[in-house]
Amino acid sequence: MRTLKFLLQKEFRQIFRNPAILRIIFVMPMIQLLILPLAADYEVKNIKLAVVDHDHSSYSRQLISKITASGYFKLDNYNGSYKEALQEVEKDHADLVLEIPDHFEKNLVKEDASTLFIAINAINGVKAGLGSAYLQSIIRDFNGQVREEWVQFPRFSPETQVMVTSSNWFNPMMNYRYFMVPGILVILVTLVGSFLASLNIVKEKEVGTIEQINVTPVRKYQFILGKLIPFWLLGLFVLTLGLGVARFAYGIIPAGSLFTIYVFAAVFLLAVLGLGLLVSTFCSTQQQAILISFFMMMVFILLGGLYTSIESMPEWAQWLTKINPVSYFIDVMRMVVLKGSGLADIKTHLLTVFGIAVLLNGWAVVSYRKRS
Amino acid sequence: MDNNKVITAHELTKRFGDFTAVDKITFEVTRGEIFGFLGANGAGKTTAMRMLSGLSLPTSGQATVAGFDVYKQNEQIKKNIGYMSQKFSLYEDLTVKENIRFYAGIYGKSDAFIKEKTGYILDHLHMTSEANKLVGSLPLGWKQKLAFSVAIFHEPQLVFLDEPTGGVDPVTRREFWQMIYEAAETGITVFVTTHYMDEAEYCNRVSIMVDGRIEALDTPGGLKRTFGARSMDEVFLKLARAAKRSE
Repeated sequence: MRTLKFLLQKEFRQIFRNPAILRIIFVMPMIQLLILPLAADYEVKNIKLAVVDHDHSSYSRQLISKITASGYFKLDNYNGSYKEALQEVEKDHADLVLEIPDHFEKNLVKEDASTLFIAINAINGVKAGLGSAYLQSIIRDFNGQVREEWVQFPRFSPETQVMVTSSNWFNPMMNYRYFMVPGILVILVTLVGSFLASLNIVKEKEVGTIEQINVTPVRKYQFILGKLIPFWLLGLFVLTLGLGVARFAYGIIPAGSLFTIYVFAAVFLLAVLGLGLLVSTFCSTQQQAILISFFMMMVFILLGGLYTSIESMPEWAQWLTKINPVSYFIDVMRMVVLKGSGLADIKTHLLTVFGIAVLLNGWAVVSYRKRS
Repeated sequence: MDNNKVITAHELTKRFGDFTAVDKITFEVTRGEIFGFLGANGAGKTTAMRMLSGLSLPTSGQATVAGFDVYKQNEQIKKNIGYMSQKFSLYEDLTVKENIRFYAGIYGKSDAFIKEKTGYILDHLHMTSEANKLVGSLPLGWKQKLAFSVAIFHEPQLVFLDEPTGGVDPVTRREFWQMIYEAAETGITVFVTTHYMDEAEYCNRVSIMVDGRIEALDTPGGLKRTFGARSMDEVFLKLARAAKRSE
C-alpha cells in the first residue's frame, strides 16, 4: 500500500507538472464539445439548386418559391436550358437541377398530371440523397395543394389515401446536439483513458526510467495500479467536465441518473485503460504508440455508431462493433441521457464491457514483464 | 553458501537467438570490494549486469547475488541491490527531493529515515539549495552524482554502476570516485563498468570481457604483471584487439 502511495504521488506530480497534459484534460474537452456538435449535424442545408423553367407559369413560380421558402435550398440560378444547368453542376455551382417542362401548368390543370425532372450531383452521397428526398417531399406537398384547389374529392376517393403522422420520441425536436454531444463526450473519455495512459508508460520506456523501476522491489501489480488509477480518475474528471459543458452550453440534462452514467463510465474506463496498457507493452517508442492509438481511434469512431448508425452497417461490420467498447458507451450514453434508462436497462452493456475490461487487462498484465 | 561472496557466477550465459552475448562467465565478487567490469562496446558487460540484477533471464549457468538465486529469487535480489544504468534514470520532471523520496519510498524506507538521510545527502552533495529544482535542469555531472546517491540510498549490499561517468568532466569524475570509495567504506560492494582505464586502476579487482567471455581477472597490478604492461590501458588494448565482434 505504501509503495502504491509513492507511485501515485509521483504520477500525479508529473501529470500536473506537464502543461501539455493539462491542456489535453481541461481545454480539449471544452473546445471539442463546444465546436464539434455544431459541425457534426446530419441535417443538410444550403443545397444549391439550379432551375430550368420552360413553363414560366404561375404554378411553376409557386413551386419554386415553395422550394426556396423551405430553407433547405438556395436558388443558384435560372437557366435557359438543361444543358446550361448541367454546366452549373459541373462547375460545382449547383447540387440539384430541377427541370420544369413546357405546359407544366396546363397539363396539371387539364390532365391532372404533369412531370418534373430532377438531376442530382451525387458526388456527396448524403447531400444528394437527402436533397432529393427533401425536394420530392416538397413537390408532393405542392401536388396535394394543387389537387385541393382544382379537384373536388368525391366522397369516397377512388384512390386510397394513407396519411402518415409521426411523433419523435425521446428527442421531440430531433435536435442533433442531444444525439452528438453524449457521443463526442465518450470519444474524449476514451482518448484520455487509454491513450494518455499508454503514452505515459511508453515514455518511461523511452527515457529508461522503467528499467530503474524494474530493478526495484516494486511489484508488477503495484506498477500497473500506479499507472491505471491516475488515468482512471482523469477519465472520470473529463466526463464530469463534459457533462457540465453539455448542461450549460446545450441544456442537455440526462433524463436518467448520473449514477448510472458514472457506474458505466467506471467500468468502461477499466476496459480502455487495459487497452492502453496493452498498447504500451507492445510499443517501445511514443511514436509507435501514437500511430497505433490514432489507427484505433479511427476504428473506434467509425465503428462506434457515433456518426453512422450501426444498424445500417453490413453484418460483418456489426460484429466488429460488438468488440468495440466505445460503441457500448455511446449507446449507453444515448440511452441514459435521452431515454432515461437505468442500470437494469444497460445491464447487458455493462457486463459485456466488464468482460472486455477483464480480457484486455489480463492480456496486458500477462504480456508486461519486469524481466526479459 | 560463503557469506563473504556477494556475487557468484558459474558459466552464466545469455543467448539472443544465434548470438551469444555472454558466454559462460565464471567469477566471484567479495563483500566490500570495488569490482571493475571492463570490456569493449558490445563485449556483453551490460547484458551480464542485467542478468545479475534480475532484469534479464539467463539462458544457462548459475549465479547468486547477495545470496539469492538469479532464476528464482530475483525479487529478493532487487531489495538488496542498487542499480545505476547507462541511461540516466531519475525523473527529470521531478525535483531532486521528490526523486530521492520516490525511490526511497518504493524501497519501503520510513518517512523519518527518508527525511534524515535526504538532508544528509543533499548536504554532502552540496545540493541543498537545489533540493527543489527539477532534476532536468541540473548539469550532467550533478545528475550522475545524484543518481548514484539515489541508487545507494536504501543501503543495499551491492550496487551496479553501468558506465556511471560517461560524458562527465574529469573533476566530477574524481569526485564521483570519491563517492564510490565512501560507499565501499560503509560496506557496500561496488560493481562498476567503465571505459576509462585510469578508473580501472582505482578498482580492487578488474575483469576484462572480450566477445562475451572473461579473458582476464586480477588486481590491476597483477594484470599489468601478467601482460607485461605498464598501464591498464596497455593491458586492455592487448586483450581487446583480439576481439572479433565489431562495435
